[in-house]
Amino acid sequence: MLKIDAIEKGIVLDHIKAGKSMQVYKYLNLDDLDCPVAIIRRVKSNKMGSKDIIKISDKIDVDLDVLGYIDPNITVNIIEDSKAVEKKTLALPEKIVNVERCRNPRCITSVEQELDHIFKLVDREKRVYRCIYCDQKAGK
Amino acid sequence: MKHLIDPTDLTLEEIDEILKLAEDIMADRPAYAEVAKGKKLATLFFEPSTRTRLSFEASMLELGGSVIGFSSANSSSAAKGESVADTARTIEKYADIIAMRHPKEGAPLVASMNVDIPVINAGDGGHLHPTQTLTDLLTIKETKGRLDNLTIGFCGDLKFGRTVHSLIKQLSRYENIHFILISPNELQVPDYIKEEVLDKNGADYREVERMEEVMDQLDILYMTRVQRERFFNEADYIRLKDSYILNLEKLENAKEDLKIMHPLPRVNEISVEVDKDPRAVYFDQAEYGKFVRMALMMKLLGLTK
Repeated sequence: MLKIDAIEKGIVLDHIKAGKSMQVYKYLNLDDLDCPVAIIRRVKSNKMGSKDIIKISDKIDVDLDVLGYIDPNITVNIIEDSKAVEKKTLALPEKIVNVERCRNPRCITSVEQELDHIFKLVDREKRVYRCIYCDQKAGK
Repeated sequence: MKHLIDPTDLTLEEIDEILKLAEDIMADRPAYAEVAKGKKLATLFFEPSTRTRLSFEASMLELGGSVIGFSSANSSSAAKGESVADTARTIEKYADIIAMRHPKEGAPLVASMNVDIPVINAGDGGHLHPTQTLTDLLTIKETKGRLDNLTIGFCGDLKFGRTVHSLIKQLSRYENIHFILISPNELQVPDYIKEEVLDKNGADYREVERMEEVMDQLDILYMTRVQRERFFNEADYIRLKDSYILNLEKLENAKEDLKIMHPLPRVNEISVEVDKDPRAVYFDQAEYGKFVRMALMMKLLGLTK
């Protein structure tokens, strides 16, 4: 079995849907961090069958809106002195700013580069987000 | 209500207030002839639309105000690369209210996010055209006497037709509206309108391909033009543009009190012979558009008689 050391201080993102950890890594810009980051893919989970985990051995400000947008079932554990001191649960954010880019060539954001790309939640059940400017669905 | 960007920004009560004010203006025009004295409307039209621009300008002039503006991107600073936000911030120093048409979707929203004066979306690409929707609602209310308990057929280009999408969104908020969507398969109402508007509001609707099948059931027939500029492919446009033409023969089984609407301009989707039929209300619709814009600008500017 693969062995990853427990971290002393930092953040563990748990219950990531199997195979989605690289997406989380990208959206949270973890590539920019200087500290060690472990991506553990497809480990056994009683609850989920299999899951991904990301361990970040530094206490960074995680954008909970971004994480909630990717998957509100992810749990965020804050680790201090090798112990989980806080567990944060996520919710679908009402809006996301500069997380997704609008891909509609007719949208004003396609010609005005300085505009923020903002999507708002329009259907909580189906997790549908639409561009505030042109109503384009996020991720399309 | 500070701006009007998306017709669904308005509550039903706000719509009701605007329509009532429009009716009051129609009934007593001299009483409103000077309510906007000293106020300036800026019509910022980054793409040409003679009809909408003149309707806005006529509306402000009839309220006693004045108008400045431009009617194409070439004659504006956009040609020099100025952003929508900067244009709006500058115009805010000259005018009291802005009506903006822009080929890019969301441009009027960007303007409204950057100024304190009211911004009206006068059409943003193929996206929204809220004053057309208000015009349509006033026309229905005036010619049918109600905005609920109606069977409405939308015919023609239901895929790209923004006026259709906006009106469906609005009408689905009223009681007991039956929608009949008449179009070729290629130009059907997009799925998101069906899922997020019609299904979500529990609206009753069905899709048919031929208007003759449903003509006898309609209280309103809303015709639309198959617009060349919404097609990426000329061959598709030519193939589909003549599919749905209304003439007197097709109206034979229609109700006596049917009302035929069209956002205009018409090309050939309604034969000229239909114009004389008392059921045709599309030119009245253009006049209602002026009154509803007068009422809207009064509301946004906080003006009273």
